[in-house]
Amino acid sequence: MSPRDPDARVEEFESYYGRQILKTPTWKSPDVPLYFFLGGLAGASAVLAEGAALTGRPGLERVARVAAAGGAAAGTAALVHDLGRPERFLNMLRVVKPTSPLSVGSFILTPFSACAAVAAASRVTGRFRRIGRLGGVGAAALGPPLATYTAGLIAGTAIPAWHEARRELPFVFGGSGAAAAGGLGMLCAPYDETGPALRLAVAGAVLETVATEVVTRRLGIHSEPYRTGRAGRLMKAQRRLTDAGLVLSALGVKSRLARRLAGAAFVADSLVTRFGVFEAGKESARDPKYVVVPQRERLARRTAEQSPAGV
Amino acid sequence: MGRLWGRLDDPTSDAGYDQHPPRMGFFTDTSVCIGCKACEVACKEWNEIPDDGYVLTGMSYDNTQELGADTWRHVAFVEKPVDVSVSSPVDLGMPGSGPPGTGGDPASDESGSDGVRWLMSSDVCKHCTHAACLDVCPTGSLFRTEYGTVVVQTDICNGCGYCVPACPYGVIDLREDDGRAFKCTLCYDRLKEGQTPACAQACPTESIQFGELDELRERADRRLEELHGKGVDAARLYGRDPEDGVGGDGAFFLLLDEPEVYGLPPDPVVTTRDIGSIWRSVGAAAATVAALGIAACAGRGRR
Repeated sequence: MSPRDPDARVEEFESYYGRQILKTPTWKSPDVPLYFFLGGLAGASAVLAEGAALTGRPGLERVARVAAAGGAAAGTAALVHDLGRPERFLNMLRVVKPTSPLSVGSFILTPFSACAAVAAASRVTGRFRRIGRLGGVGAAALGPPLATYTAGLIAGTAIPAWHEARRELPFVFGGSGAAAAGGLGMLCAPYDETGPALRLAVAGAVLETVATEVVTRRLGIHSEPYRTGRAGRLMKAQRRLTDAGLVLSALGVKSRLARRLAGAAFVADSLVTRFGVFEAGKESARDPKYVVVPQRERLARRTAEQSPAGV
Repeated sequence: MGRLWGRLDDPTSDAGYDQHPPRMGFFTDTSVCIGCKACEVACKEWNEIPDDGYVLTGMSYDNTQELGADTWRHVAFVEKPVDVSVSSPVDLGMPGSGPPGTGGDPASDESGSDGVRWLMSSDVCKHCTHAACLDVCPTGSLFRTEYGTVVVQTDICNGCGYCVPACPYGVIDLREDDGRAFKCTLCYDRLKEGQTPACAQACPTESIQFGELDELRERADRRLEELHGKGVDAARLYGRDPEDGVGGDGAFFLLLDEPEVYGLPPDPVVTTRDIGSIWRSVGAAAATVAALGIAACAGRGRR
């Protein structure tokens, strides 16, 4: 087995009666993957809302502001519901720990939710405009990290399919969030103002697709859980929805209906992506192969490096 | 925030203690484990850990199956078919599996186990030098004690579950009906009273040894040398090396086969070693999203 051969693999491996080594994440579905989706939607929507406000697109601004505030509120509810002790959710704000993406994320989500809520309330009621815009700017600043930190959250575990995709997953989630925010704008905003939403959704979908391709094809054994079983089916569906969104977007240059449908496809694509990634992680925890084989290969490489050449 | 990775000789000071007792730990010498499960029982009794069901696995004498929220010591039973002629030249005190008195000539197989090699090992939380569970805990519930061990404060834990997939050994878990995370405390309460942890106290063969980690490491090195001298080449220490992926374990082992045979990861690495690259990627992706948003809105066209 040469370290230069990326396909080199320890096919045979031992285990304790085939039992899993790692614990399967206890995070509930749909709570947690749904939160990943809503956080991405809300974060990218906040950016879109501020852009729409600055360029005089009030209809799009309104949709994006409501999406940012609603996504953050619903996402927070899903997150609190997932806790083993929901009444202790405020303990998340007890300490600040840069080593814990969940801790840092709590300090992104909390001010984001407040800012986005103020901005949306002001936009919908037409009152306290200045404070509303201030909230909008705050939400737009916190939005992008809100959309991508959740990828850091799952990458910061021992789950092989997540940890070994740590460079790519934030781009999957970021692109996916942009696709969702743009998609919702395409679906709900006044047709004449959907231009920025379409551009954001298409760019996000392309970013998501490229990063997803790397995760599902280029990570050796760690790509396997993304291509097989339930996660594999979800990732295939995700790809079809992205493709549909892109094709419909091209048609949507002329057709209103096609543009609305493309928006819906992008939102669905983003949602399915998070469930696919979530399931792939669970699968890679359940099979000891994903722990033992790469760790054995790592040990073999280290031994090869330490022993003098030619011996 | 302490060091996240690499050799660290005093994690307790690194965690912020000015003065503290020496780092305490376990050395579990599996070569003398007889699989009696006294450690499991003593642990459950002392720590008042709830019943977690009576399940017969059918795979071996191991019906406990794994460490978890309600199992802080777990005795693994490995039965491997082996060629008797090359079995261990030393009688390690392994019990036989055949009916008594029918084993025939004891010289044919010293362990009396007819071509089956028995490995038993009492697994426990490793109390890592670089503990991922502790590093990722968002509430500060998991903390490092003055003894250098890693303990959950159950009055703080809100059951977020982040520690569960963060542990490279799959030790900590949420208790289902309770919602919070639980694991071995290395009997923090007994340590404060100068007592030995319940499992080590109950172990009849001194397979589980408790003491100052530095001293245990020396003892383990001597034991390894002794076994190698007797021709037990398969003996190896696991979690002993302060240079390994978790900076060495506070609870380490002498094993008689590869770690994965016992359900242990062969080369665990603390996930937070990579937290820097994770944040860089998260930041770069966030900047990309912001740039996409700005570019999308900058277009003049109404559509």
